[in-house]
Amino acid sequence: MIVPLSISLEVNGERVDADVLPRVNLADFLREHLQLTGTHVGCEHGVCGACTVRVNGEIVRSCLMLAVQTHGASVQTIEGLSDSGEIADLQDAFRDRNALQCGFCTPGMLMAAQDLLKQQTEPDREQIREHLSGNYCRCTGYQAIIDAVETTARGRRTA
Amino acid sequence: MTVTSSNPEILSELDRPNSYIGKVVPRPNLGRLMQGRGLYVSDMELPRMGHVVFLRSPHAHANIRGIDAVAARGVPGVIAIVTGKELSAIITPWVGVLSHLKGLKSAAQHAIAIDRVCWQGEAVAAIVAVSRAVAEDAAELVRVDYEELEAVTDMRTALDPATPVIHPSLGDNLAFERNLDAGEVDAAFAGSDVVVEADFIFGRHTGVTLEPRSVVADWNTAEERLTIYQGTQAPHMVQNIAALHLGLEELQVRVVCKDVGGSFGIKVHIYADEMATYALSKLLRRPIKFVADRVESFNTDIHARDHRCWGRIGVGRDGVITAFEIDDLTGIGPYSMYPRTSAIEANQVVNLVGGPYVTRNYRARARVVFQNKNVMCQYRAVGHPIACSVTEGLVDLAAARIGMDPVEIRRRNLIADNAYPCASPSGLRFELLSHHAAMNKLMTMMNYDALRAEQAELRSKGIHRGIGIASFIEVTNPSAAFYGVGGARISSQDGVAVRLDAQGSVICQTSITEQGQGSESLTAQIVGSVLGVSMERVRVILGDTDNTPYGGGTWASRGAGIGGEAALQAAKILRGNILDVAAAILQSSAAELDIADNAIVNAADGASRMELRELARIVYFRPDTLPPGVQSELMATRHFVPREYPFAFTNGVQASWLEVDTDTGFVKLLRHWVVEDCGTLINPQLVDEQIRGGVVQGFGAALFEKCIYDERGQLTNASMADYLVPMSGEMPDIEVGHVVSPTSETELGAKGAGEAGTAGAAAAVANAVNDALRPFGAVITEIPLTPQLVLTALGRV
Repeated sequence: MIVPLSISLEVNGERVDADVLPRVNLADFLREHLQLTGTHVGCEHGVCGACTVRVNGEIVRSCLMLAVQTHGASVQTIEGLSDSGEIADLQDAFRDRNALQCGFCTPGMLMAAQDLLKQQTEPDREQIREHLSGNYCRCTGYQAIIDAVETTARGRRTA
Repeated sequence: MTVTSSNPEILSELDRPNSYIGKVVPRPNLGRLMQGRGLYVSDMELPRMGHVVFLRSPHAHANIRGIDAVAARGVPGVIAIVTGKELSAIITPWVGVLSHLKGLKSAAQHAIAIDRVCWQGEAVAAIVAVSRAVAEDAAELVRVDYEELEAVTDMRTALDPATPVIHPSLGDNLAFERNLDAGEVDAAFAGSDVVVEADFIFGRHTGVTLEPRSVVADWNTAEERLTIYQGTQAPHMVQNIAALHLGLEELQVRVVCKDVGGSFGIKVHIYADEMATYALSKLLRRPIKFVADRVESFNTDIHARDHRCWGRIGVGRDGVITAFEIDDLTGIGPYSMYPRTSAIEANQVVNLVGGPYVTRNYRARARVVFQNKNVMCQYRAVGHPIACSVTEGLVDLAAARIGMDPVEIRRRNLIADNAYPCASPSGLRFELLSHHAAMNKLMTMMNYDALRAEQAELRSKGIHRGIGIASFIEVTNPSAAFYGVGGARISSQDGVAVRLDAQGSVICQTSITEQGQGSESLTAQIVGSVLGVSMERVRVILGDTDNTPYGGGTWASRGAGIGGEAALQAAKILRGNILDVAAAILQSSAAELDIADNAIVNAADGASRMELRELARIVYFRPDTLPPGVQSELMATRHFVPREYPFAFTNGVQASWLEVDTDTGFVKLLRHWVVEDCGTLINPQLVDEQIRGGVVQGFGAALFEKCIYDERGQLTNASMADYLVPMSGEMPDIEVGHVVSPTSETELGAKGAGEAGTAGAAAAVANAVNDALRPFGAVITEIPLTPQLVLTALGRV
């Protein structure tokens, strides 16, 4: 009999204590245990990037990480980044450029884009395309997303 | 009137102080999607909800001799395990045929297979449990005894006498055949200076919506009412079908469609596993949730294309095209899909080949055959990429043969911009197209002559770049001619209700749906423009059969053109009603008043007379102060369906600039241009993004995407690691321009734009690759254009 394990972690700045089965991945834990449904599940095998979240400051695919591996960690999801205002400018740029259609990839895309913008202040279009190349978007064709990230980077340099 | 403009912000005669038509304004619903606060079906949870997992056949074709679920039933948390036979007591089977597709035949399909499975991935049992994980555990314990049968996989031999017939009662594996012979084809070919032919091969591919198909079905046994939460493009169609097969009245079924994670035609059909989920909810008297996993998506979401089309073209030395002829073959899996059928794509190919051109001589045959592979049906730009690739591929081959520039041969054959209205040899009626204006604009945008010079210079350095051109037409705004006349209960009309609320804001209910195209935005833009109300004071409600007028939904590039016109007409009525009340209150006349910036103003000088907020307060709370006999009516509903033209055709042209690495076979897309004409642009940004997204889907078909089946009918690449889709790293920037030829069938003048990008992208890319390879004498008429294909054509592997 496999029994749940107790974990304690911080999610979007709040302490969470939970008992989870070892097989539960982080994406399902966030969505089903914590009802943080902004983290989306697209492929469940680490290719599409829809489930991208931040663990201890690094972006990870939450479908490829077990919830129990986050014991003691700090996890940030799209809900947390939105509420803190950290990506408000990026979200504004996405809205103004219509860089999303169905929106299913968008939380993961914003996570990945913010990760790039934290690393590089002046990414060119090729670098943006490269950094986001693990995030699948079927709707936009990517150009609007690249534009929005480029605009955000420019805005942060002049801010 | 056709307007060519470098500035897409064309304002119509509706341009008023609050006009949003023709303007770039942000979509109102983006905030929740960007903050992770949308509500997709996969996010939903209901009390007592069970999760269903389907056990699926590992065989392409097999008899089911027995199912042993004893061990699985013992798994803690399992609610029920249900077979096809058990479920058939709840839900009846269906046959995917339509009467206007003469001769189309198919077999009865059940929600869950009974006795026999016909493709790898067909459901054989439903496992319902308290969680998806528990249901998956239990599914592993269900034992199915299969007797494997010979699988029919190759469409080329599906009709051979030696090939088994998949459904013996049908007599053969031919689902549908259409023949067309217009003009004097034989004489035209005989009189041609040059006749060129080729076999065009199109890979099977699929939609890969990022959110898999998902449904929550909630049968309330006390109310005897089923609520279906589903990401669908056509809620009223789902309502009709669910009621029909569950033995219910439509008023016993409510379909709710919240946020949808991509659709592209994948979510406009009725799938067996979704029908099974509705039936399971009724059987088990509790909410049931089904969310496909990615492997299931690849095995059961409709596939598309998979055509082999022989074609030939005749031309004179002067470049004049004398005739087209095609023979198209497509395999659709074991059943024609329900209720739109799987014959539409081949039918469209017959309709559309040669469509941009003048020649009257055209012969076509299309055959649609059954196979033991996943079902095929309508996916974004149905038939268009096939027709465009065949037509434009042939035109380029002919041009090369007579030594004429690909642009010049098109200019000599495209229907003249002043020749409308006219009809195609296949009977398509064109109200107003703009092929030449579009081509002229494209030439300017891409600087064609300079690009040709650059190409020649690079060739001398061993760099092989190509330019590919593809003109196209697109079917939009379909009338009842598409499905209704064939007996399908799929509405071609749409309805919009608008009302002024008690604070002077506007509530708008529309029957079109939103999957990211911007339906909500364009509806608010139109209603706000007509009413003189700012967009943030317009609330749009869609995707709920209980709370919207009856209508078709969003598919076939119809939302803006049809739903938009209904919104325009409803808002005009409400505007008149508001002005009537205002006139009564202000002791004026409606003609002397107008609405602007959320207030009643003088028509003459724009002076503000009364806020709409105040008007609403009086109407709803102090009607006693209105003059005797004045009864306000601050809600209006209008419906619209095109009647004059069966379809509002649009047109456009695309160009691709790419580089072929002749050592590795890799194709690098460098730039891409599109000029298209969808009539009135309601929101140019949304149109451009529809075009770009559509083009990139076309790139997927051109270069990457293919469902690879082996000879036993096994799908060998059913994962996102193995099935390649376009990612940001490989995609070029795409420049979009417009020519504007509004349809006069509506006041709005908008035609559809959702499929234009996909219609011509693959043809432009294939023509560009062949242009790049021309010095090598290599021609490729197959997509996806994999490195292996390229190297094979170059004789290097």
